[in-house]
Amino acid sequence: MADLAIAPPRSSVIADAFLRHRLSWSDALIWLVGIAVYFVASEYLQLATQTVIMIIFALSLDLAIGYGGIESLGHAVFFGTGAYAAGSYALYVSSEPISGLVAGGLAAAVLGILSGLLILRVRGLTQVILTLAIATMLLQVATTAKSITGGDDGLTGYRIAPILGQFEFDLYGHTAYIYGLVILAVVFLFCRVLVNSPFGLTVRGIRDNPLRMRLLGVPVTARLLTLYTISAALAGVAGALSAQVTGLIGTDSLSFLLSGNVLIMLILGGIGRLSGAFLGATVFVVVSDRAAAIDPFNWLFVLGAMLILAVRFTPSGLTVVIDRLVARLSPGARRT
Amino acid sequence: MENYLLATLSLLVDGISFGMILFLISCGLTVTLGVMRLLNIAHCGFAMIGGYLALALVNRLHINVLAALPIAVAGTVVIGLLLERTVYRWVYETTALGQILMTIGLTFLMVASINLAFGSLLYTLPVPPSLTGTWVIGGVAISVWRIFLALVSTSLAGMLWYVLDYTYFGARLRAAVDNPRMARCVGINVRKIFAQTFAAGCGLAAVGGVLGTQMLPLEPYYALKYLVLVLIVVAVGGFGSLKGSLVAALSFGIIDTFGRYLVPAAGAFVIYFALVVVLLARPQGLFARG
Repeated sequence: MADLAIAPPRSSVIADAFLRHRLSWSDALIWLVGIAVYFVASEYLQLATQTVIMIIFALSLDLAIGYGGIESLGHAVFFGTGAYAAGSYALYVSSEPISGLVAGGLAAAVLGILSGLLILRVRGLTQVILTLAIATMLLQVATTAKSITGGDDGLTGYRIAPILGQFEFDLYGHTAYIYGLVILAVVFLFCRVLVNSPFGLTVRGIRDNPLRMRLLGVPVTARLLTLYTISAALAGVAGALSAQVTGLIGTDSLSFLLSGNVLIMLILGGIGRLSGAFLGATVFVVVSDRAAAIDPFNWLFVLGAMLILAVRFTPSGLTVVIDRLVARLSPGARRT
Repeated sequence: MENYLLATLSLLVDGISFGMILFLISCGLTVTLGVMRLLNIAHCGFAMIGGYLALALVNRLHINVLAALPIAVAGTVVIGLLLERTVYRWVYETTALGQILMTIGLTFLMVASINLAFGSLLYTLPVPPSLTGTWVIGGVAISVWRIFLALVSTSLAGMLWYVLDYTYFGARLRAAVDNPRMARCVGINVRKIFAQTFAAGCGLAAVGGVLGTQMLPLEPYYALKYLVLVLIVVAVGGFGSLKGSLVAALSFGIIDTFGRYLVPAAGAFVIYFALVVVLLARPQGLFARG
C-alpha cells in the first residue's frame, strides 16, 4: 500500500504543512492562466473546457490515490455514472444545469458507497483488479441497457437551460468555459480545505500506515469509505459537467481507456499534491490533441512513449521537477 | 433429456476450449506476478503480436495456420526477450503504480504499431481445411477445431505442469516464486530464470493468440480489450498459482459460455458478477500461496 504512494519529503514536513494552508503565488498564477486563456486563445475554448473537466476528474482521483492510497484503475465508472445521471436528469426532470451537476455527483456518490464497501475490503493488486472489474461490469450494463443509456449510440437530445437563468450556452463555448472554470474553482477550494482538514490528515496517515492509525483508534475503513465517496462524487460532477457541455454521452465515458488516461494525467503531473492534477491534465489534453491533429491514427505512439519516458525520468511528476527548478534558480527562497 | 445432455456436452467443449485459450494467454502473467510482483499490463499484447505474426505469414506466404504457429511463437519469444532486456529493465526499477503505467504505455505502443502495420480491421485466422467441419454425435454437432484446440492446449498445459513439477528448471522457478531472496541466496540466478520464464510466457500467450482468433478476433485494441479477461483469470486464481489460473480460466470459459447461452440478455454480466463474488469471498484468489 504505502509503497505505491509517493511519500512526502521527510525534512520540514511541519513547515510544509503550514505552507499548504496558505494560498500562494502559484495558485494565483493558475487562475490568471485560466482567465487569460479565455481572452487569448478563444478559438481553443472547447479544448480548454475539456482540460478543465479533466482537471476536476484528476483532482477526484488524486483524493483517492494520492491522499487515501486507494488504488483505482476504474475511476471512469464514476465519471460515466455522473454523465449519464446528469443527461437523464436534463431529459426527464429539469434542464437546470447546477442541480444537474448535483444529481450527477449524488448518483456517483451512491455508486461510490456501494463499490467502496466492496473494494475497501481488499488491498493492493486485488483492489486494482476489483476496481477494473466493477468498471467493466458497469460498462456491460450501460451497453446492454439501451433504453436508459442509448447503448453504443450514446445518450443525446437533452437541452441545458441557461445557467442561473441568465447565461445561455453559446456555440463558441464561452459560457461553457467560464462555467467549467467556476466549478473547477469551487472543487479546488473544497479539495484544498478537505486535504488540510483533520479528516485529510487522518486519511494521509492511513495511506502511510493503516495499522498504526487503527491502533490510534481511527475507524480506518469508515474514513476511507468517506474519502472514496467524496472522490466518486467529484468524478461524477466532472462527468456531469462533460455531459452538459458536450451534449452527448457515449459508453466511452465508462471505458478503461478513460480510467487509464486520468491516471496518466495524475502521474504526469504529480500524485498527492493538488497542483499535479492541473499540470498533468493540461499537458495530457494539449499533447494528445496536438498529436491527434497531426496524425489521428498514430497518436497512441506519442502517448505510449510519453508515458514510459515520464515514469522513467520524472517518477514523482512534473510539478516536483518544476519545484526543483524553481528552488535551483532562486537559492535564497529555498524551502526544503 | 438426452438432447439436453448433448447440448450441454457441446457447450462444455466450447467452454473448455475457450477456457484453455485464456489459460495459455494468462499463465505467463501469473508467473511474472508471482516472481517479480510485476503487473505486466502489456502481457496480452504478446498474444496479439503472435496472432498478427501468424496472420502476416498466412497472408504473405499462403501457408497453413499450423505451419505458421511455430514461427509466430518463436518471433514473439524473440520480441519478448528483446523487450525484457530493454524497456522492462526500467519497469522493474519503478514503484508498482509506475509499473502499471509503464506497461500501459508499452501496450499503447503495441496497439499503435499493429494499427500502423495491419490497419484497424478485425481478422480471424482461417481454420486449416483438415480441421474444419463438425462431428455429429447423436444429433449434436461439435466443431472439430474446438476439440483440437482443447486437446492442444490441454497437452501444452500438461507439458507446463511436467516442466514445473518434474524438472530442475521447474524446481528453481518454484523456489524463485516462493521466496526470491532465499532463492538468490542459494545461488539461483533469479533474473535469468525470470527472463526465461518471461519469454516462455510470451510464447504461450502467442500460442493462445494464434489459436484463439475464432473466440478472440485480432484487432489493434486486442491488447486492451482482452486484458480484463486475463487479469480476472490471474486474480481469481491467485497471484503466482498456475493451478489456480487453470481452474479460474476453465471456470471462466465454461461459466461464460453457459451464461451467454442460457441467459443471453445478461451478456457478459454473469461472469463479472461471479468474479466480484469470488474476490469478496477469497480476496487473495482461489489458490493463493501463503
